Amino acid sequence: MSALLDIRNLSVALKGGPRLLRSVSLSVAAGEVRGLVGESGAGKSMIGKALLGILPRSVEVVEGQILLDGDDLLGLPPAERRRRIGQRAALIPQDPLTALNPAHRVGPQITDRLVDILGWPRARAEARALDLLAEVHIPDPGRVMKSYPHELSGGMRQRILIASAFAAEPALIVADEPTTALDVTVQKQILRLIAEMQARHHTALLFVTHDLGVVSKVCQTLSVLYAGKVVEETTVRDFFRAPGHPYSAALLAATPKYTDPDGSLTPVPEAVIAAVRAEVEAAETEWQHGRR
Amino acid sequence: MLDGRGAIRRRAGARLWLSGGWLLLLVTVALFAPLVAPQDPLAQDLMSGRLPPFWSAQAEPGFWLGTDSLGRDVLSRVIWGARVALTVACIAGPLTALIGGALGLIAGFYRGWADRIISRLVDIWMAFPPVLFSILLIAVLGTGLTSIILAIVVIDWTRFARVVRAEAMNQGAMDYVAAAQVAGFSRLRTMTAEILPNVLPTLVALLSLEMGIAVIVEAILSFVNLSLSTDAPTWGGMIAEGRTSIHQAWWVLAFPLVALFLTVLSFSQFGEGLKDRFDPVLR
Repeated sequence: MSALLDIRNLSVALKGGPRLLRSVSLSVAAGEVRGLVGESGAGKSMIGKALLGILPRSVEVVEGQILLDGDDLLGLPPAERRRRIGQRAALIPQDPLTALNPAHRVGPQITDRLVDILGWPRARAEARALDLLAEVHIPDPGRVMKSYPHELSGGMRQRILIASAFAAEPALIVADEPTTALDVTVQKQILRLIAEMQARHHTALLFVTHDLGVVSKVCQTLSVLYAGKVVEETTVRDFFRAPGHPYSAALLAATPKYTDPDGSLTPVPEAVIAAVRAEVEAAETEWQHGRR
Repeated sequence: MLDGRGAIRRRAGARLWLSGGWLLLLVTVALFAPLVAPQDPLAQDLMSGRLPPFWSAQAEPGFWLGTDSLGRDVLSRVIWGARVALTVACIAGPLTALIGGALGLIAGFYRGWADRIISRLVDIWMAFPPVLFSILLIAVLGTGLTSIILAIVVIDWTRFARVVRAEAMNQGAMDYVAAAQVAGFSRLRTMTAEILPNVLPTLVALLSLEMGIAVIVEAILSFVNLSLSTDAPTWGGMIAEGRTSIHQAWWVLAFPLVALFLTVLSFSQFGEGLKDRFDPVLR
């Protein structure tokens, strides 16, 4: 069976500048939960943004393909691409505080796209929204639908965004560090909720995070990113048993252990960083040659 | 925190009621000027020139705020002057907001070449001194109400364009805009349904301020005799006439000045009050 999402050789660069993603290849099968880990600036979020067509203005795709259901999104005309993404994919954003429009009530923010983009009758969309809000354990969904975002807590808003992401039964959801902006106690609940919703709806999930602990709880497979390059692609089980790449091993070793609260942190060794950097630079030189 | 918010609300409330009250009074008397004004604002009576206001011993009944040097009733002229001032404010303000706001919204949301063109246009506009520009425009267009309104729109749209552009850029960087894009909404729909409602509180505050400015500009142009015909009752014209006889009849200058001052202040305060009350984030 071909993959639901197949990213091939994707390079994204600052306009007229250096590459931020360097020939990234990555695939997600239907129903698969893939973690995308790496340190800040490695390009984790950039992959999700390129896929969803929301890259910042200053960057552009310079090569590669993003196949969703076998069709290259980048080859489609913009309106068609937007429609396709709207139907098949969704986003759980990083910051629930800015991801809901403060000027509108919660209800329409979930139902409008079902009605306007997917052509559902209004009543069906509203019933669906109520069901989903109940599914994400929001008490009194009817009241919440009529609330403005500023009347709700961060955790509540993230639940609403999760409900909204699942509303149109997308095949793929990109979760862009969905717990980073929340406090620790809420993080755990939200994580559990995402896992629960994923299992119930069999949606494929691309889970962008810098937290290996989160990966071990939610994901089945993962890709490790360094400086815009995938350095390892493996299953979560294999990764935690025996990481294949020295950088992955160092990353894993740097994770704080709750079982040993007094133990000192192990930073990623200089030598490993130098090695992985050399690897990326070699690939970059090779790519530059190929272009000429 | 709760107390602080309450205090802000109370203050906003008083501000809103006071300024709103004055504006409402003004609108009412302007609408019903023929009924409310005790005298014909144009009727001259040289025998009863420079009559003092009602509290003075020499005052005559029927001329509450006295008369000017030609014997015209000051109160009636202030009331009819409100008509001119409010007409200009109510047409020029919204028109300016519409044009400047739309251009600012497009520039701030679409960026790119649209932004470059609009922003350069604003830069060029800002290089002209506004008062001279308006006088020049009136000289070209000829005097009259339409010319004043047109002059205000042509000069002041940049004020809206600049502010709305910055605000639209801010809003455009929010995650909810990305979410709308992912959901499949068009750029146009995102701009009008997502960004615009969040820019609206700022736009309303600015519109109110602009209406006050329109009143000032009208007064300035009347003052230099570039608005309506010379004997038409306008606040600016009254101030200009009153200036020549300030030592003999200060009231001819003072009352239109007070009306002007209160009106401009009320417009700006009303806008701020509205913004505080209706901004969903502050609320």
